[in-house]
Amino acid sequence: MRKLLSLTLLALAGSTAFAGGYRVSIQGQKQLAMGHTGVAVVNSAEVAFFNPAGMVYLDKKFNLSVGGNGLFANTKFQNSQYGWEAETKNVGTPFSIYATYKLNDWFTAGLAVYTPYGSAVEWDQDWQGSHLVNNIDLQAIFVQPSLSIRVGEHFSVGGGPILATGSVNFNRNVDRSTTNSQGERTDLTIESKGITAWGYTAGFMFNPTDKLRIGMNYRSEIMMEARDGDATFNDYPEFGTAPTTKFNADLPLPAELTVGLSYKFTDKFLMAFDYNRAMWSVYKNLDVDFTNPDLVDSHNPRNYKNSSTYRVGMQYAANNKFTFRAGWYFDESPVQDGYFAPETPRNDSMGYTGGLTYQVNSKLGIDVSFLYLHFDEVDNSYDYVSDGSSFEGTYKSVVFSPGIGITYGF
Amino acid sequence: MKNKFIYLAILAAGFASCEPEFENEVGANYTSGDADFTTYVAVGNSLTAGYMDGTVSRGGQAYSFPNLLAQRFALVGGGEFTQPSYADDVNNLGGLTLGGIQIGSTRLVIDYSQSRPENLVGTPTIEVSNLQATAYNNMGVPGAKSFHLVASGYGNLAGVALGQSNPYFVRHATTPSATVLGDAMSKNPTFFTNWIGANDVLSYATNGGAQSDGVTPAADHNTTGNMNPATYGGNDITNSTVFASVYSTIVNTLISGGAKGVVATVPSVTSIPYFTTVPYNALPAEATSSNATAIALYQFLAVATGGRISPLNTAAGTKNPVLIKDNDLTDISSTIQAYAAGSGNPLLMANAAALGAIYGQARHATSNDLVVLPASSIIGQPNASATAPFNINGVTWPLANKWVLTANEKTKVANATASYNAAIVSIANANDLAVADMNAIMNQLISGLRVEDGTIYTANYFSAATASTVLFSLDGVHPNPRGYAVIANEILKVINSHYNANLPIYTAANFPGINIVPTN
Repeated sequence: MRKLLSLTLLALAGSTAFAGGYRVSIQGQKQLAMGHTGVAVVNSAEVAFFNPAGMVYLDKKFNLSVGGNGLFANTKFQNSQYGWEAETKNVGTPFSIYATYKLNDWFTAGLAVYTPYGSAVEWDQDWQGSHLVNNIDLQAIFVQPSLSIRVGEHFSVGGGPILATGSVNFNRNVDRSTTNSQGERTDLTIESKGITAWGYTAGFMFNPTDKLRIGMNYRSEIMMEARDGDATFNDYPEFGTAPTTKFNADLPLPAELTVGLSYKFTDKFLMAFDYNRAMWSVYKNLDVDFTNPDLVDSHNPRNYKNSSTYRVGMQYAANNKFTFRAGWYFDESPVQDGYFAPETPRNDSMGYTGGLTYQVNSKLGIDVSFLYLHFDEVDNSYDYVSDGSSFEGTYKSVVFSPGIGITYGF
Repeated sequence: MKNKFIYLAILAAGFASCEPEFENEVGANYTSGDADFTTYVAVGNSLTAGYMDGTVSRGGQAYSFPNLLAQRFALVGGGEFTQPSYADDVNNLGGLTLGGIQIGSTRLVIDYSQSRPENLVGTPTIEVSNLQATAYNNMGVPGAKSFHLVASGYGNLAGVALGQSNPYFVRHATTPSATVLGDAMSKNPTFFTNWIGANDVLSYATNGGAQSDGVTPAADHNTTGNMNPATYGGNDITNSTVFASVYSTIVNTLISGGAKGVVATVPSVTSIPYFTTVPYNALPAEATSSNATAIALYQFLAVATGGRISPLNTAAGTKNPVLIKDNDLTDISSTIQAYAAGSGNPLLMANAAALGAIYGQARHATSNDLVVLPASSIIGQPNASATAPFNINGVTWPLANKWVLTANEKTKVANATASYNAAIVSIANANDLAVADMNAIMNQLISGLRVEDGTIYTANYFSAATASTVLFSLDGVHPNPRGYAVIANEILKVINSHYNANLPIYTAANFPGINIVPTN
């Protein structure tokens, strides 16, 4: 996982909102088990995601990898100064489908369908940070046709376009006190479905020796532009009429550069090292513009910074039937101090991964993986609430994710 | 197969341990410190009772600062905290009735359709003669002055109609002769808050320094030297020596059982929107420039008063100060009468005596005078007891004593407030009690009080712009729920520091502000 978090969301100001979300680095059972390395690993069709340039090195003519995970993300929040306690428990189901087909020795085509963004945060309605977020659900599915081309003996390139389809649903209270006559807090939901955008991925793989692979992959920024989304006020005070409006908002899914290598120490043992750089600094603000001119647009500073992830993974092929994998990574949060909003309550984390493949026969293998993501307890705040206040507390998150998949090839 | 179950069990245990846990749970370090909150008793006036929007209501009472404090005390051993019953306020209207006759107004709300504060329509169901005869932990009695807390008979039903007792205390006094302090002590407090004293000067101030007739000046007993509070008028300023003596008695009684506590100072009137909302120069030139009678009258008065009154400024965009009656002015009615009689103007000549009487002590308000909040609804309106054309409140009819706290009156209030607060602090220090300096906190509100979460609160009256930060209720004197939360926080912080306690504060921003209804 790369960042279970990272994208973000929004808080709205005045009376607005939009959402960000999570970068969920769970894009394949085999590679997740190896610390989600893979830019220089040729194991399975999962390489279509990690580095399409590697597809051409797959031995089999046809390769298919299908898998899914249960993603359990729990976060507790507290603030002793005010006696606050809150919790969010969320379950996500990232999945991936990868297929490659060797057209000839020089060309391999592939198709990747995966969910790099998703998951959700759902605090109790009207909790202490409800003026920032009650709940958010961001989903995105990427569809990526790719081509891998071998250029000489040791070098290949690969890439393809990405079609991203997403939706967002975000709810927060309009401020910290407004209620209707029953005392129910006034809140706003914004929702936009069927947002589509295009991006691309490209990379190369270089195999200077039989044992060493070096890879690089770049995935472009994709700007998700929500247009004319629905904005709905709930529990609006009786003395007024809830404004009708649509909203527009842009949410960047940042570019990501990965470099890495793998080295095959023996026929059975391989290690891989990846470095990711996510260009989060593009996410300066979350601005939600309401089409109703009477409403104040929502301006929410995010000021993310570019962040790095360091990954190491290993694979041991014990025998014809069993292959074992393990990995570790350090995932740096793009959220800066003072911008720690409860929509993305994630600080730096360390991921511990493991998994195995049981090869049923020469064509079919069953993959399982497990991820445990450790977060230190963190004291942080969001200091840019539109009413001038700050929202502060202690957060502690735990994320774990078991997954299962199959690999099929011939 | 057995092995698989073991693995599943290990896996399940692993999942269970994935529950996030803090090193220190939220309440781990809460403590009562040196204080004992087992039995908390609050004594005071309306500010302690949870009075807001001009009344005590069932809903409003829940937000009294002692009730908010008690909920925090409960985290560290605080016991049950009871408040006088308002179960008979079935419709949450507030107000009061005595023998079925309404004697107190329902709570104020903003009527959105009219864009103004109004008393909620309806008949109060809080009956004074519905006697509870119970001592409560919250012994805040609206209207009480310092010496009332030790006055026997202050809770006697028979005295209400005569103005000798307090209808709120009558409802729960244990006997007709009980004292507020005595009933409070019957609870055997281990901890107390005492916020008494504001009414010793505030009833003078809110009445513009007038007696209940609205006209006759009320007495400042620091000037008269009258040391017997039994002879004081309702709106008089309590003598400071009397105050200090009574206050000392109250505190010594409260601590007689070993209780610790917090005392609070008396806020300055200049920090209360009741006195700071209506500008002294409320008359726009646009309103007066078309009033030929007023213009001519002011021109005459400018001469007749020897310049005490200036001609109206009719330039667009300027404002004129309201005309007020100042009892401290030399009465020059005979001079004015003489000028009018000899003016040759038939209207002035015909009304010469009346003009003298009306304007003999009239002057323009200045920025040193405080026009009280209720005046906003009468300024510019004809006065029923006056005769046209000399009958427009604040324009051609000087505002009566009760509408304005003049600079002189303001000084009396300020001096008394300072004396009281000096006594409060001194008595508290002598007994090692914590002091919540509400006067200092309210003064900070004038320029803006920045609280822990960064929110800046002010002492402004309600307006659309201040809706989410206003701390005062619509009566302009008492806090709203959000304001009481700010007060509770200040007291909690004082307790934390003075008694080495650690209690969580409240998020004032989450508390309700002003109640707005679509129509009334």
